[in-house]
Amino acid sequence: MSNAFTELLAQRDWLLADGATGTNLFNMGLASGDAPELWNVDAQDKILTLYRNAVEAGSDLFLTNTFGGNASRLKLHDAQSRVHELNKAGAELGREIADKSGRRVIVAGSVGPTGDIMAPMGSLTHELAVEMFHEQAEGLKAGGADVLWVETISAPEEYKAAAEAAALAGMPWCGTMSFDTAGRTMMGVTSAAMSQMVHKLKHKPLAFGANCGVGASDLLRTVLGFVEADSELPIIAKGNAGIPKYHDGHIHYDGTPALMADYAVLARDCGARIIGGCCGTMPNHLRAMREALETRAPGPRPSLEAITQALGGFSSAVDGTEEGGDTTARAARTSGRRRRSDA
Amino acid sequence: MSEEDDIILADLSDEELVEQMMDDLYDGLKEEIEESVNILLERGWTPYDILTKALVAGMTIVGHDFRDGILFVPEVLLAANAMKGGMFILKPLLVETGAPRMGKMVIGTVKGDIHDIGKNLVAMMMEGAGFEVVDLGINNSVESYLDALEKEQPDILGMSALLTTTMPYMKVVIDTLIAQKKRDDYIVLVGGAPLNEEFGRAIGADAYCRDAAVAVETAKEFVQRKHNQMAAG
Repeated sequence: MSNAFTELLAQRDWLLADGATGTNLFNMGLASGDAPELWNVDAQDKILTLYRNAVEAGSDLFLTNTFGGNASRLKLHDAQSRVHELNKAGAELGREIADKSGRRVIVAGSVGPTGDIMAPMGSLTHELAVEMFHEQAEGLKAGGADVLWVETISAPEEYKAAAEAAALAGMPWCGTMSFDTAGRTMMGVTSAAMSQMVHKLKHKPLAFGANCGVGASDLLRTVLGFVEADSELPIIAKGNAGIPKYHDGHIHYDGTPALMADYAVLARDCGARIIGGCCGTMPNHLRAMREALETRAPGPRPSLEAITQALGGFSSAVDGTEEGGDTTARAARTSGRRRRSDA
Repeated sequence: MSEEDDIILADLSDEELVEQMMDDLYDGLKEEIEESVNILLERGWTPYDILTKALVAGMTIVGHDFRDGILFVPEVLLAANAMKGGMFILKPLLVETGAPRMGKMVIGTVKGDIHDIGKNLVAMMMEGAGFEVVDLGINNSVESYLDALEKEQPDILGMSALLTTTMPYMKVVIDTLIAQKKRDDYIVLVGGAPLNEEFGRAIGADAYCRDAAVAVETAKEFVQRKHNQMAAG
C-alpha cells in the first residue's frame, strides 16, 4: 500500500527526520513534570513553532507532540480521558505545518512507551497495551498523521503490541527502540534480536531502528548491528545530541551541530535511511545535519573505530551482538545446575 | 536436563542447598526458594543467616551480572520476585529474633518526574540485599522527602530522576537538607538515566549510582563506613 512516507522514501536516498521534542519545549517554558501533550490544546502556537522550526531546519519528517499520549502516561496528569482529543490535536497541528511547507513533509504520529512493565513480570497485559496504543493511534489517524511513529520502546512485548494496534487502526507505522543499557535495550534486547523480531511481525513497520539511547556513537553501533542482521527494511537512526552535562543548574547536551553533522553522514554510511536526532537536538543541529547530508559524498560503511574517532567512545565494550554474546555468560553460571525451569 | 530435574532439595547438604538457592535465585524460581528457606529453618538456621548467607549472597551474584550487562531487567525482576518469596517467610522471624538490620532507605523520584522503573528496580534490589525500603513513589517535593526522613529516620536517602529537566531538583532537596543542618544525618544516593558521577558530585550527593546493582554496593559500603565511624566516635 502506497502512502506519503513510502512515496517520499522511494524518491530519496535518505530522509532527514526531526530532533528533540522535550528539550525544545522546555526551552519554550514547559515546566518539568507537566504533560507536553496538553499544549496541543492549551498552547497551540508553541507546538506550531516546534513543528515549524524542524521543517524550516530541513526536516523531511517530524514527530507529533504526542509521545506520552497514551492512557497510562496521561493518567499521571489525570488526563486519561483525553487520549483521542490530545492526539488528534497534535496531529492536526502537524498537518497544518506540513501542508503549508511548500514541499512534501511527513507528519509522523509519535507513540511512546506506556511506562508500565508488561506481564508476567509487570502489570500490563498484552490486551491492555494493544488497547491503549490503538486508542492513541485512532486519535493520530483522525488528526491526519501520515504514519505512526512508535519510539523509545524497551520491551519486545510492547513493540509487538504497538504493531498490533497499528494494524487495528489500519495505519502504516515505523518503530524504534532505545538501546541504553550496555548496547541493549533496558529489557536486554540486542540490535540483532530486534531486527529478527521486526522481520517476523505480521504487520511489519515501514522502517525500524533506534532512537535516544546513550550517545551518537552507541546509536551507530546499533545501526551496524541491524545491517549485519541483514535487515530488509529501511533503518532509522535518531540519536541524542551527545551526553547530557550539568552546568550551573542547567542541563545541556554536549553534542555540537558539527558533531551531529558528522553523525548524520556516518549514519547514512552505516546504512540508515531515515536520519534524525533525539534529546538535545535543536534546529541548528538539524540544519548542520541537512547540509552535511546534501554536500558530503556517501562513503564506505564505517568501522567501529572510525565511529569512535569521529563521535567519541561507546558506553560499553560490547553490545551483545558479538560471537556468543547472548548466551555464553549466562550459560557459564547455570550449566549443569539449573533444574525444573526447562521442565 | 532430566537428571537435574530429580534434585530433591531436602536431600542436599547445607552447603549444596545454599549453592542451589543461589542458582534458583538466579533463575528466578520462587517456589524453590521458599521451599529451601523452610528447609534451612527446620535445620535450625537462624533467619539472619539464611538471609545473609543464602538470599543476599545469591542476589549479589544477580546484581553483579546485571551490572556487567549479563542479566537484564526481566531476569532481575524474576530474581527479585523469588527473593521476595523467601523474605516473606523470614521477615517476621527476623523481627522476632532481633536480627541486626542492614539499614533503611527512603527512596523516591523527584518532583516533576513520573518515571519509576529505575527507582523500582533499585528498591527491589535494595530489599533483595536485606535493606528496609520505604518507597515514596513518583513526583516528590522537598517537603515530601523531608517529612519521610523525619518519620522514617532512614540511613539513606535515594533520589531518582530520568529527565534532564528534573535532575536539578535533586540539588534543591540536598540544599534544603544543608540549610536545615540535616545533610550529614543521611547518606544521599542519586541515580537516573541522564546522571553521571560528575553531576552527583556537583549537587553534593554522597554518590551517583549507575544502576540498581551499583546502588546496592554503594549503600552497603556507606552504611558500613557510617557504622565504623559511630563505633570509632
